[in-house]
Amino acid sequence: MKKAFSRPQSLLDVPFHYCPGCTHGVAHRLVGEVIDELGIQDNVIGHAPVGCAVFTMDYFDFDMISAAHGRAPAVATGVKRVLPDRVVFTYQGDGDLAAIGTGEFVHAAVRGEKITCIFINNAVYGMTGGQMAPTTLPGQKTKTTPFGRDSVISGYPIKVCEMLTPLDGAAYIARAAVHSPRAIIQAKKAIKKAFQVQMAGLGFSLVEILSTCPTNWGLTPLEAVKWLEENMIPYFPLGEYKVPAAGVI
Amino acid sequence: MMEAIYIAGHGGQGTLSTGQLLANACLKEGKFVAYLPHYGVEKRGGVSNCGVTISNQQISSPFVTEPTVLIVMNNLSLERYEKAVVPGGLLITNSSLVENAVTRNDVRVVPIAANEEAERMGHPMVANNIILGALLELTGVVSVETVADSLKEVLPERHHGKIPANLQALERGAALARKHKLVDQR
Amino acid sequence: MRVLMKGNEAIGEGAVRAGCRYFFGYPITPQSELTHYLAKRLPEVGGLFLQAESEVASINMVYGAAAAGARVMTSSSGPGISLMQEGLSYLAGSELPSVIVNLMRGGPGLGNIAPSQSDYFQAVKGGGHGDYHMIVLAPNTAQEMLDTMGKAFDLADQYRNPVMVMADGIMGQMMEAVDLAGDTKIEIPPKPWATTGMAHHTGKNVINSCLVIPEEMEELNLRLEKKYKVISQKEQACDQYMLADADIVLVAFGLVSRICMSAVEKARAMGIKAGLIRPITLWPFPTELIEKTADKTRAYLTVEMNMGQMIEDVRLAVRGRAPVFHYGRLGGMVPELKDVLAEIKNLHEGGTGR
Repeated sequence: MKKAFSRPQSLLDVPFHYCPGCTHGVAHRLVGEVIDELGIQDNVIGHAPVGCAVFTMDYFDFDMISAAHGRAPAVATGVKRVLPDRVVFTYQGDGDLAAIGTGEFVHAAVRGEKITCIFINNAVYGMTGGQMAPTTLPGQKTKTTPFGRDSVISGYPIKVCEMLTPLDGAAYIARAAVHSPRAIIQAKKAIKKAFQVQMAGLGFSLVEILSTCPTNWGLTPLEAVKWLEENMIPYFPLGEYKVPAAGVI
Repeated sequence: MMEAIYIAGHGGQGTLSTGQLLANACLKEGKFVAYLPHYGVEKRGGVSNCGVTISNQQISSPFVTEPTVLIVMNNLSLERYEKAVVPGGLLITNSSLVENAVTRNDVRVVPIAANEEAERMGHPMVANNIILGALLELTGVVSVETVADSLKEVLPERHHGKIPANLQALERGAALARKHKLVDQR
Repeated sequence: MRVLMKGNEAIGEGAVRAGCRYFFGYPITPQSELTHYLAKRLPEVGGLFLQAESEVASINMVYGAAAAGARVMTSSSGPGISLMQEGLSYLAGSELPSVIVNLMRGGPGLGNIAPSQSDYFQAVKGGGHGDYHMIVLAPNTAQEMLDTMGKAFDLADQYRNPVMVMADGIMGQMMEAVDLAGDTKIEIPPKPWATTGMAHHTGKNVINSCLVIPEEMEELNLRLEKKYKVISQKEQACDQYMLADADIVLVAFGLVSRICMSAVEKARAMGIKAGLIRPITLWPFPTELIEKTADKTRAYLTVEMNMGQMIEDVRLAVRGRAPVFHYGRLGGMVPELKDVLAEIKNLHEGGTGR
């Protein structure tokens, strides 16, 4: 009997520590599947962030580096410049990449650094207990915006894909989501393309993945998926923001 | 032998390049040498100074705080550093710009009208090397020939066309100093 | 072949000769000539000079390149080194060999670009968070700046530890003869732990300092402690000058030590038995030698371009057996020979320092 579904080889057979309904596990799996499909498990070096995904290094079965909060794109730059023929990626949350690490990811893109950033946007800080993220929506309640994010006080959500698109060094920029089977298939395609862009030496690639955080949103997993669809997608439209010229990859 | 030379002036007078040229020549002759820009007796304002310490043995402090030779390229430098020269030391003034009188009477004073001489030679930029020529003649710390050799290394390639004018300046400075020596002896 | 080189250039050439092929940094005075030198020199030897967007990024690029197994360095001055402290702590925690150069300038705050030794505490007592040590080297001539880089990279690899080379800003500008004829054979030990991709080593490699289980973190801390003990025992280095019969002992590092050598010479000429100890390693501090001199020394005088930082380590070494005094200039000012000499005379005549 043909086996139709199994754990990707690039993922270790260990239980994830994530909360029920959290979509980090889905994103991990997609990255693992893409690495398997591209046959690069032995030549990939991943970077774990600070935040909920800090234990990513325990889940992937390939070389991993734990980076300081927000600094993964700089660390990845160091690795890639020394080992230009390896595939180098970072896996970062919204606080890590889009708040404290704003300088690092923007300048990695500016330099056209041949690395891939997998950017998990769930509009809240998870590990530290539900504080406002740079991507928290206007009016969204968090531990540090108990009355809802007030733009007069805390400004507006950062739109990472929209920001990166005009940069010459950015080769592939896409926003996907993991709230439905259909969206998950799209997300995997985007992740694969991002790695292919890197492997073709075209420049910087980033895939933003809209994700859920039922625990800190105070919702059930099912409600969370619905909330993502109804609130996040209208603010953070899905799609490919920048792609290489047709036929390049 | 040990000389602690302090060259003081303002930006654009070539004080730093003179110091580096001298230091390079000393190295060529196998001496121990240390070159230190800006720092020394004191530092403030738009000054451009450097110290060159030359010795036959390992140099301990490279700071020139008690110069055996002081070169002053302008009035302000004279005023500031005149007192620092060791008794019996040498004070070379660029008399084209240093109009004030030297108050020390326990040092040897040699005025060289470097800017005027340089103008006369048709190369106003070589005033610093006229002074250096005089210094070489008066101290014998390194030979003019070695300094001439060093010019090729110290000057960037695009300025190599100016080497003959600089050599001429060194010779001119040395000649002026010789004349001064004769006057001294009389 | 002896050539005249700025200290900054000597550091750069020393790094290249030590097999360093990667430099990541951000502009700051007074270490600019070092970056100018390496920006030209590294491509000549197939290396990479990359200007980062900040010192924060620089030190993390160093972290990545070190994780990938390269000999890598950065350089900066006070304010930039402060920004790197997080990265230095991570380098120590993840045990990544790397070399960091600090050409110290006046502070605190923006301060100025004049020479200083006021980052001593920051370098030898930690600076970043957590329980760690960097090896800290302090050369005092342009030649030694060149030679120190080889030693720095070797120590970094040998102990898998960040190494800082510290000098004051003037030393970067100072020009002296440097002998380039020495040995340029580069021996970089294998790094089977490096994250180079699983095809290039056995099993999965992880570079990490995150150990959430306290028992596991303590295990790392204990391993580090053991390593630091070995370094303390084996790597203390210092120079001495006219020390054998000295009863007034100066302690100074870097360029200040050379002013002190002149002061010792002058004091000797006046019949005062002065001598000098120059720490070459600031961490590990050369406690052993200083301790040995404690019983025959009437007074110690540390001369520093700070308010008195190294004096604490001298006092710890002397353990109260002789008084330890301090003479310092601050804010970018340099101690003058005559003032150091006056301090020595004062102590000789039974004075107690300032």
